[in-house]
Amino acid sequence: MKTIKVGLGTCGVSAGAQKTYEAIKNEIELQNIQAVLKETGCNGMCYREPLVEVTDEQKNSFVYGEVTPEKAKTIMNSHVLADKPVAEWLVQSTRPSEDDTFFKKQNRIVLRNCGIIDPNSITEYVATGGYEAIQKVLNGYTPEQVIDVITRSGLRGRGGGGFLSGVKWKFCRDATGDRKYIICNADEGDPGAFMDRSTLESDPHSVLEGMMICAYAIGAEEGYIYARAEYPKAVARLKHSIREALARGFLGKNIFGSPVNFSVKIKEGAGAFVCGEETALIASIEGKRGMPRFRPPFPANKGLWGKPTNINNVETYANVPWIIMNGPEAFAAFGTDNSKGTKVFALAGKIQRGGLAEVPMGITINEIVFDIGGGIKEGKKFKAVQMGGPSGGCIPASMGDLQIDYQQINQTGAIMGSGGLVVMDESTCMVDMAKFFLRFTQDESCGKCTFCRIGTKRMLEVLERITDGNGKEGDIELLRHLAYEIKNNTICGLGQTAPNPVLTTLKYFPEEYEAHIREKRCPAHSCSALLTYSIKADACKGCMACAKACPAEAITGEKKKAHEINTAVCIKCGKCLETCKFNAVIKN
Amino acid sequence: MLQKEEIRRDNINDTFSNFKVELWRYQGERGALIPLLQSAQETYGYIPESAIDHISEIVGIPSAEIYGVITFYSQFRLKPMGKNIIRICDGTACHVNASTAILKTITDELQIDSNETTEDGLFTLQTVACLGCCSLSPVIMINDETYGRLTPKKVQQLLDEYRNADGNGG
Ligand SMILES: Cc1cc2nc3c(=O)[nH]c(=O)nc-3n(C[C@H](O)[C@H](O)[C@H](O)COP(=O)(O)O)c2cc1C
Ligand code: SF4
Ligand code: SF4
Ligand code: SF4
Ligand code: FES
Ligand code: FES
Repeated sequence: MKTIKVGLGTCGVSAGAQKTYEAIKNEIELQNIQAVLKETGCNGMCYREPLVEVTDEQKNSFVYGEVTPEKAKTIMNSHVLADKPVAEWLVQSTRPSEDDTFFKKQNRIVLRNCGIIDPNSITEYVATGGYEAIQKVLNGYTPEQVIDVITRSGLRGRGGGGFLSGVKWKFCRDATGDRKYIICNADEGDPGAFMDRSTLESDPHSVLEGMMICAYAIGAEEGYIYARAEYPKAVARLKHSIREALARGFLGKNIFGSPVNFSVKIKEGAGAFVCGEETALIASIEGKRGMPRFRPPFPANKGLWGKPTNINNVETYANVPWIIMNGPEAFAAFGTDNSKGTKVFALAGKIQRGGLAEVPMGITINEIVFDIGGGIKEGKKFKAVQMGGPSGGCIPASMGDLQIDYQQINQTGAIMGSGGLVVMDESTCMVDMAKFFLRFTQDESCGKCTFCRIGTKRMLEVLERITDGNGKEGDIELLRHLAYEIKNNTICGLGQTAPNPVLTTLKYFPEEYEAHIREKRCPAHSCSALLTYSIKADACKGCMACAKACPAEAITGEKKKAHEINTAVCIKCGKCLETCKFNAVIKN
Repeated sequence: MLQKEEIRRDNINDTFSNFKVELWRYQGERGALIPLLQSAQETYGYIPESAIDHISEIVGIPSAEIYGVITFYSQFRLKPMGKNIIRICDGTACHVNASTAILKTITDELQIDSNETTEDGLFTLQTVACLGCCSLSPVIMINDETYGRLTPKKVQQLLDEYRNADGNGG
């Protein structure tokens, strides 16, 4: 019997996968087809969603991309019923396909089950060897031995800071306290990143298992998962998974029949980026305003309700069961001297193949953008990648051969961050990008430190006037000065890293700032205040379409004669450019 | 002072109120404030003053402190919201993929700005940073549904769909 799997992660559903799923279900019922229909998470090829996988009787797998309900019917009739795969829609199978390069340079540890198993089924997780790592640990490892394994693997925290996880666990193990807690940080606030959401939606049990192992190592009996408010599906799957694990005795009292107790609670965030910061997150779980506090004391000594607390990111935990099963050496075999293992990146922006890619540390930016990501959309030119979100920076295309590891990325002024990798092309304005991030941090600043609260506001004002065409000589120096003060006079990572997007764009794209300030010109043709629209007289056919579309009535001209734009009235909405079928409207 | 017994009685007359059930269940757990506020908002679409009073009495946190928490988190609303909540993403990936054009289409079409509700009470618009669907940017979320790969035209169609659904009593 054939098995049919439909990817129903948030991305899949928003691309229409639910309708595809229903269509297949319908077809199975209508024609009484002997096949098993299942749902799964995301295999990372988000750019091809909705994805449908057909596994035949010989266990051959065929993955179809961009499957609409109509296409699904054809696949059911041709492939499932008549054994004739629909070759043209295949994106991954035994046959070579142009999409194969998407997977070629990937090594999947964290995403090992993503898009393969049904995330709603603990049975499927167990069938892939799930929950063996925790049993191995409970049956044969002392907590110290677990910590030793994690330390030797070289695993660093994937939430952004990159602190050695084994060392962090040891701090918490060694801390004195009658109770200890562990927390999984699933706040994923970096705008442009979705690895944690996808992992939680596609393989929630791997995160739970990682937390169990950590809890045992530290001596905690209670764990919390702090999830973002915008991730309803991830929260629903987690709740379901926790119920399943409780029912089997994997969570609760005496887990797996051992003397160890462990329970997990979910806390939903309420929309505050700063709550991703560990001390703010703890305050938020305690029901307070999510304000960071000065460290030390670190959460390992004084965390949730004043007790020793270990906090790790989703991806960090998801690595743990694999390391236990395969050994620290196998993990450390991937990567570079200072950065071991793999990293999941969320590829987005102007890239052909947006999705999730898990790559060994040490891979170059170009390999990710071109070999995995398939290059830039619409044949445009690669300009930069943004890594680390509002705490990170823009790395120019000229540094595309840079190896991705913590040290090398830090040297550029960007940071590894949590894994958001937004690709930019020639039409992205770097000053606008810097302004975008600063507006974000300015909005999200908790307001405790003056330099974070007021300093980012001053920087934003300067950037706004530059992109509005009112930039002044001295503005660049002013930005640098403010950046320095903010970095050095704030207590949490939000403020300390807020100037990074400005500093990196200033470092690698100074000429763009200068063009805005001195020539009142936006080289990327993006800042609307610095643009003018005009009509090329010789290309204009006088069809009057633009004049009708213009909301400001800025376009005049007679039928079949060249039209003109009155720039004094034009509000630069771009409608005329969109409307003209003859490419007669230009912006510069 | 509101007693647990009263809430329970209240609850019987109330058609169905998750929030009151949650309040009733409260046993003095620590950190219950935010989940209770979330439950109130889910039940009423916003956090009414009466809910704040109830929480304050039962959990024993002064109202002023509760207001402090409410205003800190962007999720919480003190005013009623529209029937449909539109969350438009202006995260990095969506920004790079022209989310501003989508925002403009919505604000033009509905004649409201971000954080406002249409006069007919049908839509509330919120701008958020990243819905976690960046590979399908630009993205919006209407209630719990996410829509990706949008163009101004598709957004218009979507809004029409929701308007029609309302017209048909849906
Ligand atoms: C402003 C700010 C936001 C953060 N957001 C997140 C986040 O969304 N997810 C996360 O895992 N870590 C985030 N962090 C890092 C956490 O404070 C913490 O270092 C991390 O969760 C530790 O886990 P790890 O060692 O596994 O990386 C953020 C830090 C700061 C300063
Ligand atoms: S740096 Fe900013 S976000 Fe962090 S504590 Fe200070 S004011 Fe708050
Ligand atoms: S950009 Fe907009 S306002 Fe200006 S001429 Fe074109 S349509 Fe009219
Ligand atoms: S739409 Fe193009 S061709 Fe037609 S009048 Fe306008 S500029 Fe000329
Ligand atoms: S398709 Fe959903 S995360 Fe990839
Ligand atoms: S940036 Fe819009 S969904 Fe992530």
